Amino acid sequence: MPHAVEVNNLVKRYKNAAVNAVDGISFVVEQGALFALLGPNGAGKTTTISILTTTLTKTSGSVHIAGHDSDGEQNAVRSMIGVVFQRPSLDLNLTAEENVRFHSILYGLYRFRPSYGMMPDSYKQRIAELSAVLGIRDELFHPVKTFSGGMRRKLEIVRDLMHRPKILFLDEPTTGLDPVSRKNLWEYLSRVRAEEDTTIFLTTHYLEEAEHADRVCIINHGVIAAIGRPQDIRQGLTEEYLLLDAADRSALEAELSRRGLLSDSAAPAGAAEFRIMLRGKNPAAIIQSITTPLISLHIHSPTLEEAYLEMVGREEQKNGVQAAAA
Amino acid sequence: MVTELNAIITIAYRDFTKFLRDRPRILISFVLPTMFVGILGGSLQANLAKNVGFNFLAFVFVGVLAQVLFQSTASGIISLVEDREQDFSQAIFVAPVRRSSIIIGKILGEGSVSFCQAAGVIIFGLIMGVPLSFWQFARLLPAAAAVSFLGGAFGMLVLANLGNQQRVRQIFPLVIFPQFFLAGVFNPITHLPPVLFVLSRIAPLTYGVDFLRGIYYAGMPEASTLVLHSPLVNLGIITVLSGVFLAIGTALFVRSERNR
Repeated sequence: MPHAVEVNNLVKRYKNAAVNAVDGISFVVEQGALFALLGPNGAGKTTTISILTTTLTKTSGSVHIAGHDSDGEQNAVRSMIGVVFQRPSLDLNLTAEENVRFHSILYGLYRFRPSYGMMPDSYKQRIAELSAVLGIRDELFHPVKTFSGGMRRKLEIVRDLMHRPKILFLDEPTTGLDPVSRKNLWEYLSRVRAEEDTTIFLTTHYLEEAEHADRVCIINHGVIAAIGRPQDIRQGLTEEYLLLDAADRSALEAELSRRGLLSDSAAPAGAAEFRIMLRGKNPAAIIQSITTPLISLHIHSPTLEEAYLEMVGREEQKNGVQAAAA
Repeated sequence: MVTELNAIITIAYRDFTKFLRDRPRILISFVLPTMFVGILGGSLQANLAKNVGFNFLAFVFVGVLAQVLFQSTASGIISLVEDREQDFSQAIFVAPVRRSSIIIGKILGEGSVSFCQAAGVIIFGLIMGVPLSFWQFARLLPAAAAVSFLGGAFGMLVLANLGNQQRVRQIFPLVIFPQFFLAGVFNPITHLPPVLFVLSRIAPLTYGVDFLRGIYYAGMPEASTLVLHSPLVNLGIITVLSGVFLAIGTALFVRSERNR
C-alpha cells in the first residue's frame, strides 16, 4: 500500500526570490495517520501544502499523494484530497448550502441540480450531519457574506468533508474557531479517521493540537528542523525536571549542592523554585532522600510547545548571531 | 465526461446566480445599452438618417447588441481575477475537473449574463421602433451565442496576461473601448483610412458586429453597403479566433495560477 504522502527532496523557489521557500525537504505520511507540520510564519508550511495539493508547481524534487505523482496525475490526486486553505476560499455571494452543493457536484458526487430541494436524500443527510457537528445547521441557507470568520471556517470544513477525502489537508483549520467548535471539530475528525481511515495533514499554531499527532515535522526557513513522534521530539529537546522549594531556602540549597543536584545551575534568583534535572533518575528516590522539609514540589513534564519554542528560538538566535556577524 | 459536464453547468449556474443577486450590476447593465441605443442611436437617426439612406437606429441597435454580448462576457471572465484575489479560485482549481471545463463553465455563465443584458437592448430597441421580425430574431439568437463566446475567449486572453484586479481595471478599458469604434458599433467602417482599416480588421469585435449585421440585414438592400463579410466568413473567423484565444488564454492562466 503506497504512503498517503511521500515527499522527496522538495524544493520551491518563487519567481524573483533570492532564497528557496522550501529547501530540500523529505518525509512520508502513512495512510490513516495524523501528521502535523509546524513552523513559524514564513517557514514554508503553506508553500509545502500548496505543492502537495497541486495548486503550486515545485522547483524540483518529487511528491506522491496516495501513489500518484502530483505533477503527472493531478486529477487523480485532486479526487483523493480535501483542502481547507489558510485563507477562506468561499463564494460570498452564495448561501452556505450553495457553496457546499456546488463543491459536491464539482467532485462528481451528484449531478447538477439547481436547488437544494431537488438534491437526493443522501446529500441532504450528509450536509445535515456535518453542519450539525460544526454547529452551523441553522445558518445553512443564509448568504455566506453574513457569516463571521469562525462560521466561514466551519463551512469550509463541512464543504471539504462532503466528498470523504482519503487525505485531508488542513492549513491552520482551527484559527478563529471558539474552543467548543474546536473541540467538536477534533472529535469529529477523530471519528472520521477511525471510521474511514482518513489521513490528516495538519498545519497549526495550536501546539496542543499537534500533541495528538502520530508524527510531527517542524520546519524552519524551508528545512526540516525535527521530525518524529511528539514524545520523541519533546524528549529530544527538553528534559523532565523537579521543581521544589523549602521554607529554609539556604538549607535546601546547601543540601542540594552537597548532593551534586544543583550542578547545572546555581540557586534560583528571588523566590523561584529550585530545579533538579531528572535525566533518567527516579524522582521518587530523589524526593525521599532530601531531608530539608519541603513546602512545594512538582514534576515538570515537557510539552511539545516548549520543545518547539526551544528549537525555533535557538534557530532565530543562531540566525541573529550570523546576521550580526555579517 | 458526465462529471466534466456537471462541472461546466455548475460553474455557469454559479455565475448566473451571482448576477441575479447583484442588483446594482443588473441596473447598470440595462442603463448603458439604453443610453447607447436611445440617446446615441436616436440622435443619429434624427439628424443623419435622411442623408445616409438607411435606418441609423437599426444600425446602431445591432452594433450595440454585439458590443453588449462581447463586452459583458469578456468583463465577466475578468472576474476570475476577483476570484483569485478572494482565493475562491483555489477551491475551484483544486477540484478534480479539467481546467478547460472550469474556463468553459465560466464563459457559459457570463454568456448567460450577457444574454440577459442583450434582452434589455432588444426590448428597448423594440420600444424605440427598431424593425425586428420574428425570423430576424430567431436567426440572431444562435449568432449572438457565438459573439458572446468570442467575448469570453477574448476576456480569457486579456485576463491571462494581467496579474491583478488593479491592472485589469486600468488595462481592460483600453482594449475594449477602442474596439467600439474600430468595429463600427455606432459608425459605418466600410471605408476607412489605411491605418484605421488595419486596426479595425485586427479588432475581434469587428467580426462579431459584422456577423450580427450580416444576419440582421440578410436579403435586404442595405447588406451590400453596411456588411463587410458574409455570415459564413465571419463565423469561420469567430470560431478560429475563439479557439486560439481560449487555448492560449487557458494555458497562460493555468500556468500563472500554479507557477508562481
